[in-house]
Amino acid sequence: MTIPTISIRNLHKSFADNEVLKGIDLEAHQGDVISILGASGSGKSTLLRCVNLLETPTSGHILINGELIKMKDDKKHGPMPVSIKQVERIRSRLAMVFQGFNLWSHLSVIENVIEAPIHVLGVPRKEAIVKAEALLERVGLFNRKDYYPGQLSGGQKQRVAIARALAVEPEVMLFDEPTSALDPELVGDVLSVMRDLAEEGRTMLVVTHEMAFARDVSSKVIFLHEGLVEEEGKPELIFENPTSERFKKFISTVY
Amino acid sequence: MDFSIIINEYQFYLEGLWTTTWLVAASLLLGLIIAIPAGILRTNNNWLIKGPIWAYMYFFRGSPLLVQLFLIYYGVAQFDAIKESWLWYYFQEAWFCALLAFTLNTGAYTAEIVRGAIKNMPKGELEAAKAYGMTRLQTLRRIILPGSLRRALPAYSNEIIFMIHGSAIAGVVTIVDITGAARVVNARYYAPFEAYLAAGILYMCLTFSVIYLFKLWEKRQHHI
Repeated sequence: MTIPTISIRNLHKSFADNEVLKGIDLEAHQGDVISILGASGSGKSTLLRCVNLLETPTSGHILINGELIKMKDDKKHGPMPVSIKQVERIRSRLAMVFQGFNLWSHLSVIENVIEAPIHVLGVPRKEAIVKAEALLERVGLFNRKDYYPGQLSGGQKQRVAIARALAVEPEVMLFDEPTSALDPELVGDVLSVMRDLAEEGRTMLVVTHEMAFARDVSSKVIFLHEGLVEEEGKPELIFENPTSERFKKFISTVY
Repeated sequence: MDFSIIINEYQFYLEGLWTTTWLVAASLLLGLIIAIPAGILRTNNNWLIKGPIWAYMYFFRGSPLLVQLFLIYYGVAQFDAIKESWLWYYFQEAWFCALLAFTLNTGAYTAEIVRGAIKNMPKGELEAAKAYGMTRLQTLRRIILPGSLRRALPAYSNEIIFMIHGSAIAGVVTIVDITGAARVVNARYYAPFEAYLAAGILYMCLTFSVIYLFKLWEKRQHHI
């Protein structure tokens, strides 16, 4: 049995009185592509954002490659990580692609891609540039490398964001609704890049509304409902024979 | 109307132009050195840190520059402790008092500009910095400052123009800046219209040079 890349145990998250996650268990092994589905408000983005501690879980355990993220219960601030250093180190091994792209607008495309490798991971500048250029080539944006984010379309921005994520050679890529802010005709380019990544064996957690992607690309699908896992399994199984009425209804309305 | 006096006394005006330029440039530079850390610390949540900075900004943005100049130029002389110390060497000089008043004044206004720009930093860019493992200091140095200072530039160009115009009160404490030169020329020839019109034109030249430089810069930065 190998150590799971991500292991989440009994994760709870509340915002004030509102309990968004009510005890989630999730395991991702090397090479897994897990699609997280659910209606809005089901907690799927919150779950993803707990993995790299953009949201602090109220309780539960998160292990990355078997390393537990140590949490404490601070009297004043509530639950918080014991060591921000540990969190920063773990974050630097994960990479997130956001719904709103979140590129750094004062940096050019290539500068966005080399920023974290140079300043967080300590990669020499020359090496980082060579690699960034190859990654931009790969997402089809090498000829835009000196543009600024403000000069790109949404689909181009998201592909730059994916190159930025790949540049840190992450152990897991976290995708938070990467195509939801895009015009329909731009979604395809981003999805095909993600498809390639899945095929080359990247470990990915993808919060998405793209049913075709979830069904055809992912190795596992999780359907959240009101903060709990309502349905999970291999996509070919649960799309054909959903056991949950809600999931059946969800897939019939969305796609 | 006799503009030949302006041409005859052009040296006065040139001297005034030079004085205004260096006085404003030096106060802007020193003010910026105060403003950047002040603006950053002003966004801190700890009242022990942001309190004193809030008070400084509140006073210098809340009262007229002329009053601040008088407080420093006339007011400080009232304290024997200062008059007897080495500080008096500086405080007896009008240029030093003007420089100090202008620096503190523009520092407060610019700190507010910096604070606003930091506050308006897109949350997503900060989140991305966090998600990629940057420390808080790295985020400040690599993301927040370069991003927000660029966005603050149009507001800062206004501050520079206000400072150029505001510096006209330096003439009140015996400094021969552009306005001071106009006053001297007027006193000599009793030709207020010609004397002050010349001053006005010089201020306009300075102002439009600044606007022009910022336009050039903005063109290069059209993407932000």
